[in-house]
Amino acid sequence: MNPIAAVLEPWTWRMAWRDSRRSRPRLLLFSLSITLGIAALVALGSMGRTLRSTIDEQSKALLGADLVLSSRQAAGPDETNLLQRLGGERASEISFASMVSFPGRDATRLANVRALTGGFPFYGRIETEPPSASEEFRRGEGVLVEESMAQQFELKPGDPVKLGTWTTRLAGTLRRVPGDSVAFASLAPRVYIAGSKLPDTGLLRRGAIVRYRTMLKLPDVPPVGDIVRDNKEEFRRLRLDFDTAEKRREDLGKALEDLNAFLNLVAFVALLLGAVGIASAIQVHVQQRLGHVAVLRCLGASMASTFSIYLVQALALGAVGSLAGVILGSAVQFALPVVFRGLLPFPIHVEFSFVVAARAAAAGIGISLVFALLPLLAVRRVSPLVAIRAAYESAAAGIDWARVAVFASIAATVFGFALLQTRRWQQGAGFAAGLGIAFLLLAAAARALVWAARRFTPARLPFAWRQGLASLHRPQNRTGTLIVSLGLGTFLLLTLQFTRSTLLNRLFPPGNDRQPNAILFDVQPDQLDGVVALLKGLGYPVLDEAPIVTMRIRTLKDRPVKDLATNRAARIPGWVLQREYRSTWRTNLVDSEKLVAGRLVPRVEAGAARIPVTLEQGIARDLGVGVGDRLSFDVQGLALECEVSGIREVDWRQVRPNFFVVFPAGALEAAPAMHVVATRVADAKSSSRLQRELVKSFPNVSALDLTLVLETVGNLVSKVGFAIRFMALFTVMTGVVVLVGAIVTGRWQRSRESILLRTLGASRAQVRAILFVEYASLGFLAALTGLVLAAGGGWALAHFVFKSGFQIPWLDAVVALLAVPALTVAVGLSTSRGIANAPPLEILRQEA
Amino acid sequence: MQALLALENLTKTYRSGATDLTVLAGVSLSVGAGETCAIVGPSGSGKTTLLGLSAGLDVPTSGTVRLAGHDLGSLDEDARARVRNQHVGFVFQNFQLLPTLTALENVLVPVELRGESGRRGDAVDLLGRVGLADRLDHYPVQLSGGEQQRVALARAFVNRPQLLFADEPTGNLDGDTAGHIVDMLFELNRTAGTALVLVTHDLDLAARCGQIARLRNGRRVE
Ligand SMILES: Nc1ncnc2c1ncn2[C@@H]1O[C@H](COP(=O)(O)OP(=O)(O)O)[C@@H](O)[C@H]1O
Ligand SMILES: [Mg+2]
Repeated sequence: MNPIAAVLEPWTWRMAWRDSRRSRPRLLLFSLSITLGIAALVALGSMGRTLRSTIDEQSKALLGADLVLSSRQAAGPDETNLLQRLGGERASEISFASMVSFPGRDATRLANVRALTGGFPFYGRIETEPPSASEEFRRGEGVLVEESMAQQFELKPGDPVKLGTWTTRLAGTLRRVPGDSVAFASLAPRVYIAGSKLPDTGLLRRGAIVRYRTMLKLPDVPPVGDIVRDNKEEFRRLRLDFDTAEKRREDLGKALEDLNAFLNLVAFVALLLGAVGIASAIQVHVQQRLGHVAVLRCLGASMASTFSIYLVQALALGAVGSLAGVILGSAVQFALPVVFRGLLPFPIHVEFSFVVAARAAAAGIGISLVFALLPLLAVRRVSPLVAIRAAYESAAAGIDWARVAVFASIAATVFGFALLQTRRWQQGAGFAAGLGIAFLLLAAAARALVWAARRFTPARLPFAWRQGLASLHRPQNRTGTLIVSLGLGTFLLLTLQFTRSTLLNRLFPPGNDRQPNAILFDVQPDQLDGVVALLKGLGYPVLDEAPIVTMRIRTLKDRPVKDLATNRAARIPGWVLQREYRSTWRTNLVDSEKLVAGRLVPRVEAGAARIPVTLEQGIARDLGVGVGDRLSFDVQGLALECEVSGIREVDWRQVRPNFFVVFPAGALEAAPAMHVVATRVADAKSSSRLQRELVKSFPNVSALDLTLVLETVGNLVSKVGFAIRFMALFTVMTGVVVLVGAIVTGRWQRSRESILLRTLGASRAQVRAILFVEYASLGFLAALTGLVLAAGGGWALAHFVFKSGFQIPWLDAVVALLAVPALTVAVGLSTSRGIANAPPLEILRQEA
Repeated sequence: MQALLALENLTKTYRSGATDLTVLAGVSLSVGAGETCAIVGPSGSGKTTLLGLSAGLDVPTSGTVRLAGHDLGSLDEDARARVRNQHVGFVFQNFQLLPTLTALENVLVPVELRGESGRRGDAVDLLGRVGLADRLDHYPVQLSGGEQQRVALARAFVNRPQLLFADEPTGNLDGDTAGHIVDMLFELNRTAGTALVLVTHDLDLAARCGQIARLRNGRRVE
């Protein structure tokens, strides 16, 4: 009979059920070790589906139009022709930065003003409070103001608002506009006005930095993708940037898929850990049953049918754990939208998906089965002789191909799942290989421990120590099982923790709390002392101060900019050539930058023929210049001949006055300069107070208030962090369940011994000391190996996947080194407490 | 007529490291249907090994074992298991009941292994004959040693085997209980015609058997 036929026999199932009789609570506990992993998979799977369908549904509303063209200059005849040709319905928006003031509140703030003409958005709508406000502002009856800004100044509909020379009223607050992401809207709070009212403001003077956007609603045929493809050259020639709903959908979809894939891998890690738990439980269970197997074989049961009894049990374990996981996951999935709220540009509504649940359950049963096969194979090798004589450990001859096959299928399962999630061969293979290496190293560490315990236990040690260390190598020891399961758990958890901090550090560098959050622009040289005094008076520090001289590029490598701008072969983006450069002079580098090429010349003699300047890396690349190249700037009609002496790498994530071009001291002092001053205020309230004071004494100074931005970024950090931690929690809890399971199941191996020792006169304290030594050394070695592995894994991930530096978070490492052994000892001792209290006779009979 | 169990020139050698340990050397033995045979000898003389080889629990290094017409050497493990299930019963020194099964379920395992059903009545009947009619649903831990051995006896007989192997069946029991078990063994031998192969230290018990095989250092001395 083959095992498959045997599994189908009713007798196998009946025996499996009977055989489990005295172990059911314990078996149930093991089955729970995969529950959390399955729950996480179910919850994430449903959310992934929901996300995909929501993105598809809302993809047009993501942009509000089929095609959006934007430009730095007003439309010329060519562009008008192009738009005529494209057809469809059209709307336009003119946006620029300006101060907006609220006379009733005595407040002023820098805002992003947008003058809207036409029926945008064509898909979705502008969400306002009250809802009628979105129509009122279009009729020119008032303006819409960013909700966060309205809250900051406690504005109510009807309050007066002043924009340049136009005084109007607040129609309502702005919640959401298709195409804008919520998270970064507060970088510059938006103010929407009707396009027809733009002349009333008198704000659109020559020289202001303005962005022109044309939003188009196009017929379904031809597809927008084709239109974009056919007109790409024309867009480039006219310096038009374009955006399509399709591209938005892909970008957003990709970002979310990446996050979803990462979280799914986290869930899979929990599931794997659970599978390791099941495997170690089955290992102990099977060892305990080897005697029964032998008796059944004496009575005439075939190898296949005894094997199937335990196979069926493993199957049932996986099924029960998976079912519990599906139920738990279905409940948890309704919590996920709350966890992810604010990360998504639209609300999501999660629904139970049978497909997702079935797939997760299949994964759970499948993976617990392949992992359980490893210890189950021992059943095949049981000789019926064991029934009449104690087992002799006889080394199996040759290669056990079934074992090789099981290892191969474990590797294939892990690889397959990782591939399914990441959809990248290297990452799938890396994931599987990493786990394989971890497994091997842990097994090797366990062997080394067994060997060392046998060789090096000094005879001088106290009795309890010698006994405890001897338990590590005596026959039927649990060193291998516990080291592998505990170590793998520690490894996976720590890697997750390390990766989390790498990921978060990369997105959001630490130290935001010492960075400036308010920046004052356009401070005249004669106002500088006054502004600094004002700040000091209010108790705010001056964190940064820099002079700014505005200039434009005249020549690049001795060729005039005008030639380059019309020369497509030069491949230099137009805005890079034509923009206004706000440059400074410094004698040294600041914190947020470092020199990557050439050198920085601190100062030059007045009247130097060529001024050595340093460029920011990105702009140098755009301009196509390197160290030693020449360029010249136009400062208020005066030509400055310069040469690139160095290239700087700037960390733009730091809120600092950073510059594309930095001059040495001694070159620009004579030019008309403005100053920028950076400070840090306590909160949004104090920021508005500062702005009020500033407007009173220095009306020309504009203030960029970053308190809200930084708060938003901070929120984002904690949201992403929370989402990751929420999922990691599943892994941590799985780790604990596995630990408890591994120790509880192994208890019987130690309990007889403990009882025997007690019968021989050992005190309970001695028995406990012996157990302590064993558990503590197991826990410590497992944690240490797991830590080393996690450090390697974390480094590899940082290096190859995130392409960033890696530092071991020592605090986490130390916590793990202490917590894992402590937990092992605590669980170990508490599970053997029952043994210490029960009458030895009772237990001797039971465990016989 | 062919013997039920025929051992010819059995040798068993265990290899441990570099040295070979010969546990049985050229032992022959023949037991006919319905006969009784005692295997006696000092501890370590190879009795259990001989019994194990006879029942096909292990394979000899050389020599042949014929059991109920089958040459065990030509069968694989699963086939030998089938032979055991069809023709052989076992009673062990330490009872070897499955602790997770009740007395009745333990007795029914060999029946179920044959794929037969509807034999519950026979099992209950057998348990009644060994005096455990009211202990059907008790687990082994709830039974004394003698009671456990009686369940084992019922299990050994449930398939009406032609041959019953018992390795020191009374070794763990006190005199009275042991006597009771032995009486039952011989009773079953008489009524069902089951041949008995007993390993024992008990010379009185050995004397009740039709044949005595004495082992010393792995050789048959009588
Ligand atoms: N697997 C084995 N490897 C090595 N020696 C063994 C093995 N099994 C049994 N022996 C040895 O064979 C001898 C006979 O054992 P056994 O048949 O159990 O004796 P008995 O039942 O007569 O007391 C003993 O010396 C025992 O140590
Ligand atoms: Mg013996």
